[in-house]
Amino acid sequence: MTQDPSRDEDLVLQAQLGDEAAFAELVRRHEHRVYTLALGMLHNPADAEDILQETFISALRGLKNFRGDASFATWLYRIAYNATLMKLRKASPTLSLDETIEGDENDLPRELTDWSHDPIDAALHAETRAVMDAAIAALPAAARAVFIMRDVDGLSTEETAAALGISIEAVKVRLHRARLALREQLTPYFSTRRREQKEVT
Amino acid sequence: MDPQHISETCREIKDKLSAYLDGELESALCAEIEQHLLGCDDCRVMVDTLNKTITLYRNYGQSQVPPEVHERLTRVLKLEQLKAKNNSADPSAHS
Repeated sequence: MTQDPSRDEDLVLQAQLGDEAAFAELVRRHEHRVYTLALGMLHNPADAEDILQETFISALRGLKNFRGDASFATWLYRIAYNATLMKLRKASPTLSLDETIEGDENDLPRELTDWSHDPIDAALHAETRAVMDAAIAALPAAARAVFIMRDVDGLSTEETAAALGISIEAVKVRLHRARLALREQLTPYFSTRRREQKEVT
Repeated sequence: MDPQHISETCREIKDKLSAYLDGELESALCAEIEQHLLGCDDCRVMVDTLNKTITLYRNYGQSQVPPEVHERLTRVLKLEQLKAKNNSADPSAHS
């Protein structure tokens, strides 16, 4: 049977047989997502690099025991998430992963200016990017992980649930709360921008 | 949003917005929400800005691994692969 080199599963099989180039390709495919998760969770490039290295070393060591019950990406994310949690707990032993997001589902939105027509390339500005990063940093760790996996790294609900070891329903609930909280956090910034742009024109 | 003027429908819709934007709701429920949005500016702004929030992070949220970080990762992994080879060639290396 001809193997499709574009599939992770085939690269994993080749890597399990000792093909270093196949493992290098798996690294190339997944390193950005792992790094995004680590940086988004820890907000520190040196810590994110530690997690990146730890994750792929663990994957390399554990590869021979990987049976493909979950996808390679899900398995890798689980390793990365657990390594990230260990680092977070080391830095803050009393860390609560799932503290309530300020303004839970019974609260109403406090900010309702319509900034949805702001030019999308605005996000390329360093200032906007910093505001987006700060908003993610303000989320509780559990909601932050779900949001990064689903809406930043683009994992499916099922993959996210498997990587975090939680139910699909829990992923959906945390994702919704995280999105609402981020919208609240971004609104003052974009509302001000909108006023300033109007004044200029 | 003035709590005095919020209807129960607005509250229910707020809880379903992610499912609505992710295309997970049945068409009858979508139609109900869209009908409500036509007459409720607050909910329409809420949907539009929530959607914009998601789009911003989807398009610009991912961090690229800096080239020097990728280089260091590659070196560390090569070293690990070399160690594994040496260990399998020399079983006494474990003891």
